[in-house]
Amino acid sequence: MEQEERALIEVKNLVKDYGGHLAVDHLNFTIEEGRIYGFLGPNGAGKSTTMNIITGYIGATEGDVWINGHNILEDPEEAKRCIGYLPELPPLYTDMTVKEQLDFAAELKRIPKKDREEEVLKVMDLAKLADVSGRLIRNLSKGYRQRVGLAQAVLGFPPVIILDEPTVGLDPKQIIEIRDTIRELGQNHTVILSSHILSEVSAVCDHVLIIDRGRLIASDTPENLERQMADASGMELLVKGEEEEIREIFDTIPQIADVSMKESGEELVKKVTFRMTGTGEGGADIREIVFFAFADKRLPILSMHVNKASLEEVFLELTADDKFADVEIETQEEEEL
Amino acid sequence: MAAIYRRELKSYFQSMTGYVFIAFMVLFIGIYFMAYNMMGGYPYFSYTLSGMVTIIMIGIPVLTMRSFADDRKTKIDQLLLTSPVSVGKIVVGKYLSMVTVFAVPVLLSCLCPLVIMMNGTAHLKADYAAILAFFLLGCVYIAIGMFISSLTESQIIAVVGTFGIILLLLLWPNLVGFLPTTALGSLIGFLLLWSLGVLIVNRVTSHTGLAVILEAAGIIVMVGAYLIKKGLFDRALTNVMEKVAITGVFQNFATRYIFDAGGLVSYISIIFLLIFLTVQSIEKRRWS
Repeated sequence: MEQEERALIEVKNLVKDYGGHLAVDHLNFTIEEGRIYGFLGPNGAGKSTTMNIITGYIGATEGDVWINGHNILEDPEEAKRCIGYLPELPPLYTDMTVKEQLDFAAELKRIPKKDREEEVLKVMDLAKLADVSGRLIRNLSKGYRQRVGLAQAVLGFPPVIILDEPTVGLDPKQIIEIRDTIRELGQNHTVILSSHILSEVSAVCDHVLIIDRGRLIASDTPENLERQMADASGMELLVKGEEEEIREIFDTIPQIADVSMKESGEELVKKVTFRMTGTGEGGADIREIVFFAFADKRLPILSMHVNKASLEEVFLELTADDKFADVEIETQEEEEL
Repeated sequence: MAAIYRRELKSYFQSMTGYVFIAFMVLFIGIYFMAYNMMGGYPYFSYTLSGMVTIIMIGIPVLTMRSFADDRKTKIDQLLLTSPVSVGKIVVGKYLSMVTVFAVPVLLSCLCPLVIMMNGTAHLKADYAAILAFFLLGCVYIAIGMFISSLTESQIIAVVGTFGIILLLLLWPNLVGFLPTTALGSLIGFLLLWSLGVLIVNRVTSHTGLAVILEAAGIIVMVGAYLIKKGLFDRALTNVMEKVAITGVFQNFATRYIFDAGGLVSYISIIFLLIFLTVQSIEKRRWS
């Protein structure tokens, strides 16, 4: 795209079969350098399994994973050196202090002895752990443990940092802090984070991979995904007039579908919702067409509101059983209102 | 490997397990030493060690139960297995840390023959050889415990399983006496063992065709050999099964005062085999 990019992680035809249940079903994707990737999917979609395979924790039934040119099976030690991993539950020894844990991890990651002290201090600074460095991990809160886990993953600054649901179980302030740290990391590293929380992914990530039941169903920037959905986005009008008249007007506009009408409660005022399926002649905005159509008939539009598709809707749409999950989107809307 | 070794060793002394284990061992060495050598006046320290064989049967499972079962339960294996360290090094690091904890009471017991010497005639060579054999027997038990621990997530199952297997090995020489000694009995025994082996192979490889071929080949070879030369099977089962009794080597040192070099080699081979099996069991778990 803008600059020369190369594949840092290549996942080819990945399958994980848990005794008849396909947790990962022929998954293919590539991860390029220098971006923050969001791995999005409902619970049980295969996010953690995929991450565990990429990091070499479990083996795949079929398929290959290359990290920075190293195959995770043929050259596991080199491949693992390129990755820092924070699993769902930070893997920490509860009988060690924060400093001891990080020293141990630094040694495991084969950071040269002379740099170890400095690297550990760097990540403690990044994750803001200086105050608790001498405390036993057993006595730390969930938020701090998560930060120690993050520091451990970042230790040695490997090219790829993989975070499995890094903000689960944290309070809002901690979530913001962790997100800021992730953004900071994203400036110099490739970060992959998984989440089932959409706002998180749209807030932090440059690129979203949506997976469902082990399959990749979308891969794009958050903006593009929202734009794709914009065609199908809905509009809501409050119009004063008889139902018959309103129906007649809508019949003259071909770019509109699924019109439904409800009483709004006020006299003569109808609440109309419909879907826009395209643009008018010469790319004219549907809203203008609708406005003039009603103006011609001298029916006043009291309010006009476009329900722009959020990533939330994209997600529901893509992961729903049938492709058109309008019902779910509507209920979602109502909850928000 | 060094990192894992140091961390494990440190953790044994942070969690008290190490101290309790050493105290337990030293206490019983002291009791046996006092009863047999000091009070009883028996000049061989190896006699005390014979008594200790039953004590380590209780101590070692407690030492080894945590090694892999706990890591798996707390998911710390995710850190170890995603680090650029091979599984073999993880296993060896952990194994050596347990051996080190076990070595402390064994080294302390090296003083006992000297105490005997101060009070009369001592048989230093025989005693130190027996201590060496005792140490290696303990190392075999540690390897068994580590292997069992790698099979399960539960420390309780690990400790009970290890205890059961060590107890079985201790009773083995007596149990072998119950086996049939006739040629036909031996044949049936071998066929059963073979089938068990094939079943395990089948479970590990999930390859039915291979298992059927192996089973058929085994039956044909054994029944064929039986029909051609019946004498080959006389007492064969008991002879083979007696080899499994690993405490025999230690008894050669401790009660017969023989330096059984071949036996020590067999201990070391068993240790290597069990370390290998532990690595395999961890690797296998990642694939299932």
